[in-house]
This record gives sequence, structure tokens and C-alpha cells, in this order.
Amino acid sequence: SSGINAEWPLRPGVKVRVRPDQLGVVTDGVKHSMNPFDENAVEEAVRMKQKKIVKEIIAVSCGPTQSQETIRTALAMGADRGIHVEVPKGTEADLQPLAVAKIFAKLIEKEQPDVVILGKQAIDDDANQTTQLLAGLVDWPQGTMASALEHSDGQLKITREIDGGLEDIKVKLPAIISADLRLNEPRYATLPNIMKAKKKKIEKLSPGDLGVDIAPRLTVKKVVDPPVRQAGDKVPDVATLLDKLKEKGHIKA
Amino acid sequence: KQWYQRRVAITAGVTAASKLGGPVHALVAGDACQEAAAAAAKIPGIEKVFVAESDSLKGQIAEAVSAVLLDVQSKNNYSHILANGTVFGKNILPRLGAKLDVAPISDIVEVKSENTFVRTIYAGNAVQTLESVDPVKLITVRGTAFEAAADEGGSAATEAVEVVVNNDKSKWLEAKLSKSDRPELASASIVISGGRGLKNGENFEMLYTLADKMGAAVGASRAAVDAGYVPSDLQVGQTGKMIAPDLYIAVGISGAIQHLAGMKDSKTIVAINKDGEAPIFQVSDYGLVDDLFKAVPEMINSIDG
Repeated sequence: SSGINAEWPLRPGVKVRVRPDQLGVVTDGVKHSMNPFDENAVEEAVRMKQKKIVKEIIAVSCGPTQSQETIRTALAMGADRGIHVEVPKGTEADLQPLAVAKIFAKLIEKEQPDVVILGKQAIDDDANQTTQLLAGLVDWPQGTMASALEHSDGQLKITREIDGGLEDIKVKLPAIISADLRLNEPRYATLPNIMKAKKKKIEKLSPGDLGVDIAPRLTVKKVVDPPVRQAGDKVPDVATLLDKLKEKGHIKA
Repeated sequence: KQWYQRRVAITAGVTAASKLGGPVHALVAGDACQEAAAAAAKIPGIEKVFVAESDSLKGQIAEAVSAVLLDVQSKNNYSHILANGTVFGKNILPRLGAKLDVAPISDIVEVKSENTFVRTIYAGNAVQTLESVDPVKLITVRGTAFEAAADEGGSAATEAVEVVVNNDKSKWLEAKLSKSDRPELASASIVISGGRGLKNGENFEMLYTLADKMGAAVGASRAAVDAGYVPSDLQVGQTGKMIAPDLYIAVGISGAIQHLAGMKDSKTIVAINKDGEAPIFQVSDYGLVDDLFKAVPEMINSIDG
């Protein structure tokens, strides 16, 4: 079996507005959707099942009631069942990576998966930590920023996108993987599969049920807009552009 | 060689660490560390360099490096452990965080105090100040946000670390690094970046030619990487590299928020795009609305180099 995290950040491209109390970002009334990297994670799990590397896919989301929608999306893509670890609406911003990793560690105890695949980073907090934290908690090997996976004999060969190019590592299962964008092209859920997904089971749990203390370790003191960059001028041609760059000393005069 | 490729990020980390007060030590880990250890010892501000050299650390595999870090931490009890905010640092530090039961803080851009740090969220569209009460702060540092320390003038003592790692769960196999004589993307003072407008990988050749004339590095948008025009290590953006060169020339790049997140701290931004309404023009200092297939060759011909 395998498990995937489906997080619930704002839809990519939504304009972000800082809250007037400067303690966060406005989320009320803003459209949310599955984190793009989690889409890659779900897709990879579905492919692993198609290749008979895994037998069952469990989709997990930690968040308020509405995050069930992302679980339904994962089920429509091919996951078999879901687990929704629910936190009260309005507290989801307090759910930090260490807490999420601890929740997953408990779910690993409960479900005994062979592979856990998460998206490499959430596009709201941009932390890129949960996979590594989880791997450390359960002391499993990790394969982060995965852009290719190859299975053989209880091991995964993972190609990772690293600073200078690519690298290959090999890990013994069970392992924790984080999906990078180029791991695969996530499928669209078809209407028949969306209908089938409605019948698949989603188990609901609370962090308390799992014995996890999710109190945030990091306190947000302030959230503000970044400095605004003013648009400069348009230049009419290459010659003018080069003159400007020479003036600034970027090119030799 | 790998060491020098991370120069900006490493020395930025030293600058960040020195803002915290107190002595700064460094750890160099891998299967062949002597060159890197010697270079680290010369960075002013570093008092001691631990050298963990062992075959078990080949490729800086996370399971092994985090075990060494845990060992060094248990013996020295540091208040802060920093790593560069690159794939290397992000891969390893949170695993250590789990072992120490502390919440890591990713990609800081400012140190406000020993327990308060600033970072960006939502692809740089909001700036967050965070306070940590954990007994050890684990921090990755955005290289472009701190001044690079000098690479000469220091004389740290080096100390070998006895490496006892039992890792039978993972193995580093090989790296396929992009080889280039050009400046490294993360630290270059001029970057010429191409997007979907280039239409294919072959057309990137003219950007390489222009880059060579200007002594620049070449970057790319996610769209260009996804389409296979260039390898992934050229990607600039929210989920790629965050850079801040003196001059960033965006060619055929529309300027999606996720791309801007990776380059909007550049000192001077130039945009070349045939669509005058492209969002990139809202952040560019100089915008040229023109066909890049005309403009770039003209630039190449006009620049001596």
C-alpha cells in the first residue's frame, strides 16, 4: 500500500492579500485546491499501482472540512481510500510541517505503508520540509525532489533534481519520497471516475485520535507585503537598451 | 569543485550566523573533504571546521550526514545550526530537525534576533516574521539575502570527526551534473534567462552566445525546463533557484508570479518580449517589446566580447 499527502493551499495564480491584522494572508472566500506537487505525488502512486508495485493507495489530507475535496480529487485520480485528519476551520495556518509529519508518522504506524509520497513543497508556506521531517521521525530513507522513480526488488532508484543537475540514489523500501514537478504529468479526473470516487471511503480522524500535539512551534509575529518593485521604462530598440546598460556599467562602453 | 559552486550560499550562511553572536563553527562532510575543509578554514568568521570524511558520506546522502550532524550536536550543543537554502541544505536539515524534535525554518532572508527570523511565503508575495522557542534553531539561509563573506583572511582550526554511520537503507549512486565554464547561476552577476518564447532547446544557443559575450550565466523559466529546452538546474523561480544578480535579462519570459519569486530581487531587470502586456514588464527596469529572434542576435552583434 502507499499513502499520499494532499495539501490544501490556495489555488496557484490567486492573488495573495496580506490580512489587515498583519498576522497572515486572507484565505476566506479564496479558492483552494490540491497543491500542484501533491498532484504529482498522487499521479505517481496511481502509476505504481498500475505497475503492480503497490496494491492500495491511501490519500491523506490534513486540514479543515473542505480538504475532503482534495481527497475526493485524489480518489478520482485513482486512490482507493482516504484519510482526512481534520483541524478546526481557521486553524489550518497553525498546522506546521513538524505537526503534519508527526500525524503522518502515526498514520504510518496505523496503516503500515511501503511507500509514502508527498509533494516536495507546499506553495503557500514554501517550506519543503514535511518529507524530510517524516523520514527522520520514522527513520526511513528519503528521496526528495524526485523527478524519476524506478522500482526493482524492494528498492527504488530515485533520480533527484539537485543544485547542479541530477543525481541518482537507491533506497530500500519502506521509504518516503517527495515529488518534484517533472516526476510525471498528473492526469485529469474523468467524470466517470469522479462519480466512482464518491463511493470510496474517507476515514475521518482528529490529531487527538492519533495522540499528536499539533501546537505550532513557530509563532508568526507579522506578515507584510513585500517591497513593491516599480516598473521602469520601455526602450524603443536594442541600441537604446545597450546604451542604458553601458551607462549602468553592466557592459563595457 | 562542488564547494566552490556553493560559495555564495555557504558564505551567506556564515554572514547570517555571525549576526547571531557567538563563535561560528563549520562542518564539512563527504568522502573527499580536504579541499573544502581548507577553503572553509579561510573564511573569516569561522573559528573551527569539523571534517567528517568517510565513504559512508559519499554524495552527502541525507541519512548519513544527518547522523553525523546529530553526533556533532550532541557533543557540542549548538544554539543554531544553519545550512544553505539550496537542495543540499533543504534535503538534510529537516531530517535532523525530526531527530532533535525542533521545527526547522526554511530559507530565511533576515535575522532579527537569536530567535526571530524573516522569510517569504506564497512565492514571495508575503513576508513573514517568525519566532522560534525551540532550544536549537535549525535554519536554511537564502544565499542572495546575505552578503557573501570573504574567502580569505580566516584561519580556523580543523578537527576530524570520527564517522560511525550505519546506513544500509540508502546509497548514493551517481551525479549527472551540468558541466559548464560559465559562471554559476546562483552567484553570477549577470544572468540571461530564457522562457517558452525560445520555442526549443536549439534556440537557447543564442542565449549561450550572448552570455559568453557578457560573462553571464544562463537561466530559464519553469516552462522552458518542463518543455525540455534546458536541464532542470537552470530553473529560476519559486520552486527552482532564487537568485539576485546585478543584471537579469528575461528573454521570451512572460513573468508568472512563480518566476518573479525567483528573480525580483535582481538589481536591474531587462525584459525582451514581443507581448507588450506581459507581466514581466511590470517589474523590469528596461523593457524591450520586440521579437527576441531579432533582438538577441542584434545584441550579440553589437556587444564586443
